[in-house]
Amino acid sequence: MRPLKIIVLAKQVPDTRNVGPDAMKPDGTVNRGKLATVFNPDDLHALELALNIKDRIPETKVTILTMGPQKAADIIREGYYRGVDNGIMISDRRFGGADTLATSYTIVQAIKKIADYDLIVGGRQAIDGDTAQVGPQCADKLDIPQVTYVEEILDIKKDKIVARRRLEKGVETVSAPFPCLMTVHGSSPECRSRHAKNVMKYKYARTKTEMRKGDPVLEELHKKRPYLVIPEWSVEDIDANVEKIGLAGSPTKVKSVSSIVLTANESKVLTDSDSDIEGMIKELIKHHTIG
Amino acid sequence: MKSVFVYCEVENQKVAEISQELLSAGKRLAQKLSCPLDAMIFGKDLKGIEDQISPYGVDKLFISDDKRLEPYTTLPHAALVYKVLKEQDPQIVLFGATSVGRDLAPRIASKLNCGLTADTTILDIGDHFVKKEKKEYTDLLYAIRPAFGGSIMANIINWDMHPQMATVREGVMKKEIFDKNYKTEVVSINANEVVKGEDFVVEIIERHIEESDVNLKDSPIIVAGGYGVGSKENFDLLKNLANILGGEVGGSRAAVDAGFIEHNRQIGQTGTTVRPKLYIAAGISGAIQHTAGMQDASMIISINNDPDAPINDIADYVITGDLGVVLPKMIKYYKENAK
Repeated sequence: MRPLKIIVLAKQVPDTRNVGPDAMKPDGTVNRGKLATVFNPDDLHALELALNIKDRIPETKVTILTMGPQKAADIIREGYYRGVDNGIMISDRRFGGADTLATSYTIVQAIKKIADYDLIVGGRQAIDGDTAQVGPQCADKLDIPQVTYVEEILDIKKDKIVARRRLEKGVETVSAPFPCLMTVHGSSPECRSRHAKNVMKYKYARTKTEMRKGDPVLEELHKKRPYLVIPEWSVEDIDANVEKIGLAGSPTKVKSVSSIVLTANESKVLTDSDSDIEGMIKELIKHHTIG
Repeated sequence: MKSVFVYCEVENQKVAEISQELLSAGKRLAQKLSCPLDAMIFGKDLKGIEDQISPYGVDKLFISDDKRLEPYTTLPHAALVYKVLKEQDPQIVLFGATSVGRDLAPRIASKLNCGLTADTTILDIGDHFVKKEKKEYTDLLYAIRPAFGGSIMANIINWDMHPQMATVREGVMKKEIFDKNYKTEVVSINANEVVKGEDFVVEIIERHIEESDVNLKDSPIIVAGGYGVGSKENFDLLKNLANILGGEVGGSRAAVDAGFIEHNRQIGQTGTTVRPKLYIAAGISGAIQHTAGMQDASMIISINNDPDAPINDIADYVITGDLGVVLPKMIKYYKENAK
């Protein structure tokens, strides 16, 4: 086994799993400000998969790559806390409003700048859109094979990697040559927790833009410890065509949104008493719902 | 040419259920647009496969029959789909939102540099006025899907980078035969002329597909549990009730994530959509992700400790109590009262 160069694609997302009543505006659109942001759950699984390979082959280098507004630098820090070697942030207002096609173009431009990699891993899908499209679209643009829904890496050979995939009705073991792209299924192992030593080391990691607030102590620290500077790539840095990014590069547009209205029913409220339950069962049998 | 295209999945000479649903949905769109419905299917031993496809009203069917095309792998299928779509230039293309469709469609969308909407549940045709261009686009695909964890429905359109592609969730489109004697023109594609040797770099070493005994979609009665069931052992109570009533057991995403129940029994937005006659929800709070997949049940019984669980709003019977008490009583009184 030789050491690998792995890129982890990770995204900061609104926590759609915990959508409270105030998360919707009266007009039925989502009030993003009211939703907490989290490390996309499947991407954490992808991070674990990469770190696990690093455990097995210690010289392996893991780079975490994210795209988003400044706040998304949290993803890079979180990656450092859990054990990645490098972090890169793609951030520029002009990338905003991108659908999966424009997003994959942007990410691929950054990957081409990184240039040297054996394996790219990302979560199967992100909970803000559940599309599962960016991974395969990146693989296509890089002209490399993809292995989706990976649950476990079974073997790593010199020139290929063997993985088990989780499908709807079963599993499939496949081998793929390097370089390739994998999307990781939520049934794979959970991500390890932060390492206290790494948290100490990286808690002051910041992008240049984050540093703009002007904090002399942090600035001094960043001069002494250059690894705390999170590289931040703009449209120009990745040589992106502005026609292909952001809203302009996105073929899919939201025409309208509507809230889902649950039809309120006239419910019969029962207790767990014998008479209540027997009464209900008798009604169900009488109406041929059961029996 | 103006047409609607469906990518059909096939295994062991059987056209997948989702593909039959897509053909039906595709035909309805084609009728609205007064255009042909075309389809493609790639696999092995496909002699006579058109008999399963023609009745849905397919005008032209592209077949590539080669033993290397089954089971599905990404690159060979992508090469074939790309060739057909590039030549035929349809305006709408549908894929199943399955492990195959969701692996393949994004790769194709990237190659064709077109839009793709994931996991749609409603398809329609309509117009859109683009203010910036002061132009009305007509006959666009409305790809409507749940978004933001299911809290909203979004209508996604694509007016300028065609084809308009969508993956469609399994079990939501009604399957209907159009004409059992429909005449389909069959076009054979020689895979050797399209697929390159290096497209087979990803090799399937082993495959375990359970011809699943789980059939949530067709089960008239479903007993489903959520995180509130508490443990894998407690799910046995649900299984007992399901067995006695002749139903299936299902679970919410939280119950599946907690390992209480198998993944293939997940009901909701990221699992199966069901419409049973009776849905018994035990220890399910009723996150919208879940209710989106079961709210069309004819009758819903909710069993929950929490009298204010959101699922109670859509339930016909709300039983406030412990499922460890309630479920055994339901079994007991069913046994006593059923003939």
